[in-house]
Amino acid sequence: MVDITIGAAGAIQPAEVKDVELYHPKSWVTKYVFSQDAKVIAIQYSITALSIGLVALVLSWLMRLQLAFPSSFSVIGPEEYLQFITMHGMIMVIYLLTALFLGGFGNYLIPLMVGARDMVFPYVNMLSYWVYLLAVLVLVASFSMPGGPTGAGWTLYPPQAILSGTPGHQWGIILMLASLILFIIGFTMGGLNYVVTVLQARTRGMTLMRMPLTVWGIFTATVIALLAFPALFVGSVMMLLDRLLGTSFFMPAIVEMGQHLKYRGGSPLLFQHLFWFFGHPEVYIVAVPAFGIVSDLISTHARKNIFGYRMMVWAIIAIGALSFVVWAHHMYVSGMNPYFGFFFATTTLIIAIPTAIKVYNWVLTLWRGDIHLTVPMLFALSFIVTFVNGGLTGLFLGNVVVDVPLSDTMFVVAHFHMVMGMAPIFVIFGAIYHWYPKVTGRMLNEMLGKFHFWVTFLGAYAIYFPMHYLGLLGVPRRYFELGETAFIPQSATTLNVFITVAALTVGFAQMVFLFNLIWSLFKGKPAGSNPWRATTLEWQTPETPPGHGNWGKELPVVYRWAYDYSVPGAEQDFVPQNQPAVARAA
Amino acid sequence: MSITILFFLVPIGAIIAWWLSQQRLTAKPWLEVGAIGEVPDTGASSLPAATIGLGVFLAVVSSLFALFISAYFMRMQMADWAQLPAPKLLWFNTGVLILSSAALQYAQVAARRGRMEGVGDGLIAGGLFAFTFLIGQLFAWRQLNAAGYFLAANPGNAFFYLFTGVHGLHLLGGLVALGRTADKVWRGFEVNQVRLSVQLCALYWHFLLALWLVLFSLLTPWVGDFAVICRQLLT
Repeated sequence: MVDITIGAAGAIQPAEVKDVELYHPKSWVTKYVFSQDAKVIAIQYSITALSIGLVALVLSWLMRLQLAFPSSFSVIGPEEYLQFITMHGMIMVIYLLTALFLGGFGNYLIPLMVGARDMVFPYVNMLSYWVYLLAVLVLVASFSMPGGPTGAGWTLYPPQAILSGTPGHQWGIILMLASLILFIIGFTMGGLNYVVTVLQARTRGMTLMRMPLTVWGIFTATVIALLAFPALFVGSVMMLLDRLLGTSFFMPAIVEMGQHLKYRGGSPLLFQHLFWFFGHPEVYIVAVPAFGIVSDLISTHARKNIFGYRMMVWAIIAIGALSFVVWAHHMYVSGMNPYFGFFFATTTLIIAIPTAIKVYNWVLTLWRGDIHLTVPMLFALSFIVTFVNGGLTGLFLGNVVVDVPLSDTMFVVAHFHMVMGMAPIFVIFGAIYHWYPKVTGRMLNEMLGKFHFWVTFLGAYAIYFPMHYLGLLGVPRRYFELGETAFIPQSATTLNVFITVAALTVGFAQMVFLFNLIWSLFKGKPAGSNPWRATTLEWQTPETPPGHGNWGKELPVVYRWAYDYSVPGAEQDFVPQNQPAVARAA
Repeated sequence: MSITILFFLVPIGAIIAWWLSQQRLTAKPWLEVGAIGEVPDTGASSLPAATIGLGVFLAVVSSLFALFISAYFMRMQMADWAQLPAPKLLWFNTGVLILSSAALQYAQVAARRGRMEGVGDGLIAGGLFAFTFLIGQLFAWRQLNAAGYFLAANPGNAFFYLFTGVHGLHLLGGLVALGRTADKVWRGFEVNQVRLSVQLCALYWHFLLALWLVLFSLLTPWVGDFAVICRQLLT
């Protein structure tokens, strides 16, 4: 390779990173346990996130069993039910989705995709994982505390979150808030790495507009998260003070069991503002990396350059910016000024524009593409369909007048599970099937993969389509059982049984997936270095799985964008990013 | 909430927009030929990664305090709000923190000029002043407690303890970094090996000083009156 560079010399990396800059592990422990290698940290993050996600999956089964067969299970009382929904929601949104997309995929893919040897602050990166693990352990510990985990709902709204009528008010809520504070500290450590690595450690030739959209997505999501998570931090710290030291930040004067509590004057609405100032960007912290990853999956498996790359980048940035000015659309029923509602409904609907641009571009990328229905592609396609479904019900809920009657019904549950539950999870599955060969050197079993896909995909619709209908009937969310009402027909119960059977079936398919992950590690087909014939840098490493320092002796030089697929006259049908034009002509 | 947070979102949005405007986002990468030797500049900053990292971290801290302050203004509107009389000691503490920041500025200038003994003196003085500030803050807490302004008695008090506590924790974290830098100086590192650390410590100290001045002004009673006037103008 040639080392000629243009532009300001100071801004370009030297051809080789000096060895002193890269930390070399000296023992088994520093190599595999307290590792500073982003790839190992990524695997640690992923395993931890998937494990705690499994707990949340089991909790969802228990909830579904109760809803389908009320009062048939002695272990599930009303208190337990509330604890299950709370922990299920919090774990899935924060400890699984956020941690897996940013801590897992971010750590693995950013350095490899931008051609760096590692993250820029490896030690801080290592700390990030261990603080995250501590946060998870604190959360898990709340299951074994007196009173159990908190049952305040994943939004943790005061005053009920810390009143004695709410399950887990003794220890559960304290450990939940402590765990969130730890998570945010750990995430900030990781987030600094992801941002600065993208800004400063790109290899020569890797301009921002040559970066794969995966990196754009994870980068933008990290920026959103770094600015939004402090709101949850502020809310958690202040609620912890209310609970432990008797301050009244959020707690109004309140009578409980005939007793005046010592609280007075606090504002529960203040918590809602803080929570949703974090909570809405959180949706995009999960969705934007999914947007990026799915763009790359579709382009690679349809052998076609991504349609409208620039628009895709701009749309990601626009979505990131808009995500900060829509938070109060979660608070339409909180008694806000109608002009506020009008403002937030408008900004909410404006987000549909960049999002729709992305959907069009994915579809146009598929148009006349050489579509390979591999497992990653199936999951990517299912993401588009599911995201459009969930997005459309978002337009319903974004309008104040439609939202008010649907608020707190199963319709909302169905909406957000489609748009930020199933859709990002499909991308996570697609991404795991796509990158597993690079991480382990072996392919995941395709038969099992297709079984996993079809059961999960069809099952998701069997679960959530009927749930929209239940919501339209007026079935409320968070209710332990429906009891006798004038407006909910008996058929709703039958539908609940159907949904539960579908949910258990989908849950079973995840066991097949876990089996596949472990089985393929030993028995999978050897993958070779680039099984999907992809252009991005992580597939061009000298070793598979990539070795310590990723690139052997010399860092790659980037000559093109990430989407040169089906190139006429190319040796293969694609040109890797690190291949110069002259070599192509030869 | 929405108004106060704008004071944070608008500047940070402007910084991001300015940065993006420098990044040739209108490039058409699909038209780039990419022959051997044609390697465009990545647009990475010539600043060291650690400086950028600290800059990003300071943005996160700004976000944190902007949200604390938003909460402060929102809570202030409730009927039971009573402003706490800021102890006179805070003026002394503020002076000490300014001295601490000045000492680190001195260390930074010494590092730039390659005078290692000046670096050591500046770091020690800065650390001692910062430590004095923290002790002074603890004394301010004790004075307030002795005068009956307990944490849970009024939201005004609670915010005072919260602001000073979180600010103090950030300074304590800075002291760890400062200690590590000072340790390098004592162990006889070259000036080139400590210059960056000293610069970053100084930057962090100046930021925490500016942050303290904002918090201190919020905790003095006239800001409460000013906020009331602003709110009347806005509504």
